[in-house]
Amino acid sequence: MSITYLEAIREAQSHALRDDPRVFIYGQDIGAFGGAFKATKNLARDFPGRVLDAPISEDAMVGMAVGAAIEGLRPIIEMQFADFSVVGFNQIVNQAATLFWRTNVPCPITIRLPFGGTEGGGPFHSQSIEAIYAHYPGLIVLTPATVEDAYSMLLEAVAIDDPVIFCEHKFLYYHLKADALPSEALPIGKARIAREGRDLTVVAYSAMVHEALAAAAELSAEGWEIEVVDLRSVKPLDTDTIMASVARTGRLLCVGESWPWGGVTAEIIARVASEGFGLLDVPPQRLNARDTPVPYHPNLWMAHRPTARAIAASARKILRR
Amino acid sequence: MLHTVLDTPPVGETKAARDQTLAAYRLMLTARLLDDKYAALYRGGKIHGGVFLGRGQEALSVAIGISLKKTDIFAPLIRDAAGRLAFGETVVDAIRTYLGSALGPMRGRDGNVHRGRPLEGYLPMVSHLGAMISVVNGTLFARRLKGVSGTVGATCLGDGATSTGAFHEALNQAAVEKLPLVLVVADNQYAYSTPTSRQFVCEDLADKASGYGVAAHSVDGTDLVACLKTAGEAVARARSGEGPQLIVARLLRLCGHGEHDDSHYIDPKLKTSPLGRDCLKVAEEFLLRQQWADSATLDGWRTEVVREIEDAVAQVRREPAPDPYDEKWQAISSRHLIELHDEDSGS
Repeated sequence: MSITYLEAIREAQSHALRDDPRVFIYGQDIGAFGGAFKATKNLARDFPGRVLDAPISEDAMVGMAVGAAIEGLRPIIEMQFADFSVVGFNQIVNQAATLFWRTNVPCPITIRLPFGGTEGGGPFHSQSIEAIYAHYPGLIVLTPATVEDAYSMLLEAVAIDDPVIFCEHKFLYYHLKADALPSEALPIGKARIAREGRDLTVVAYSAMVHEALAAAAELSAEGWEIEVVDLRSVKPLDTDTIMASVARTGRLLCVGESWPWGGVTAEIIARVASEGFGLLDVPPQRLNARDTPVPYHPNLWMAHRPTARAIAASARKILRR
Repeated sequence: MLHTVLDTPPVGETKAARDQTLAAYRLMLTARLLDDKYAALYRGGKIHGGVFLGRGQEALSVAIGISLKKTDIFAPLIRDAAGRLAFGETVVDAIRTYLGSALGPMRGRDGNVHRGRPLEGYLPMVSHLGAMISVVNGTLFARRLKGVSGTVGATCLGDGATSTGAFHEALNQAAVEKLPLVLVVADNQYAYSTPTSRQFVCEDLADKASGYGVAAHSVDGTDLVACLKTAGEAVARARSGEGPQLIVARLLRLCGHGEHDDSHYIDPKLKTSPLGRDCLKVAEEFLLRQQWADSATLDGWRTEVVREIEDAVAQVRREPAPDPYDEKWQAISSRHLIELHDEDSGS
């Protein structure tokens, strides 16, 4: 048996619906049609009245989830693409993210964002926008990189009493397979050492973990041992695991598919520079997508986001210093 | 349909109408006197931030608040002191939020009109107009999913909020889900300083309802009796499963947007038009004309309410202010997910 990242997300939702009567799913085309990516395939049939098509109204979708959460339910919202979640941005950052702080009433909602680049996606179906959500207090932002994490972290997201932005990578949907669903998992908030090494720490998350692992394999042939840290969640950010890895390697490269300005990679470098400057043998570096909208044509897109080759090239520069 | 009170109802109904109208009037009076107190405290520099009054909107506001049951949902807006009291807010809680008491429902983390008790169905507004409608939808949807029937959810807006995308999305959503939502629009002629001519061009905002497939009710917002009748009907229709109800009340805001605003831009002709009538005076004259109360009784009420408000202010001013050293500075409820890094960097 094998299961894809996408199937794991469907299975986690099925599991949550089966185990917890408070859970329902609301999003565009997710009912009988099963969702634009089929992440809710057959769920409307299996759980009548609890998997509902929404009008194209991202603001009202999130607002409705907040109201349902106040009433004790645990809604899952599917945004058709992460790019469209900004239409509901106001409800996410001003309503959901402030409710607990203002009123002491928790807001247990999970907002699934199919995000990240795929060939031909273009400027409005490719964005990686985890950083804008991580910027706001009151939100948890998750970025699973494996089939196992996609499953276990989505279940944990639904169980958490706070609003969760669940960033699921569209490229990983079909490209990643596992033998079976996990029976136990690292908790949210803990990063994972995806590959051990002694020469350089590469911190990555979501699809970039796999690009970093490919770069590490390439560099291994040249005699370098790269440690790859998979963040799993960008908020909370497991600074301890990053710092411990940098203490072992003395070198840091942060990789993100999102834009460079003020993002997750900038935050990690700021923390390591301010709290672990003495651990660094050379200046910390980062690699992000270029500071333009995401291009449509594969030639441009491959040169826009970090790839294994680009990560290996950046790593070599750091290792040769 | 524009409701006016011309027919004399039968005796039993008269008693119920009389009791409700008197109760509503007393709540309106309390809201007006509370507003006067906020304004005085603001001018005396005793309030942090802004003060937003509901002068001229008490009849409409109290009508929706008094038409709801305690088990319903209510998401008021900035000019709903009367509706809040009618739904069950205490004078002390209202003052606590304006004065930033640590014992108030918002504990100094939010202030003035941004207050509520969500678990009691009283939702605290955010500043973004139209944003509470879909939240009310969510509470109503949840009740239906939980098998709880008979709930109505009401929320209040001004004419300006009808221009937002959130209004459109949420009213359409309520119609699609056929939710028992009552949307109360106070068409008070100005959104801050912007006249309705720069906000919309339809003849009556109630016309918008048909585009969404929801029921519409127009009412004279200066007439308490008409407001009570309209709100009562809309709430009853929503409760009986007829789907969302849009109430549009025409009236004039008898104050600035906030107490920082002298409202010099309000057209003087509007002030002397029927729209510019003070709903509190209209209600008082009605009660006296009907002989449902005499002026000595109403004067007595005023004295009692003033005392209640003064006592509440005195009590709240003795209550502790929020203490930054006791504050947990945690925006999430999942304690195991709070980053220690954040706590350190805040100190």
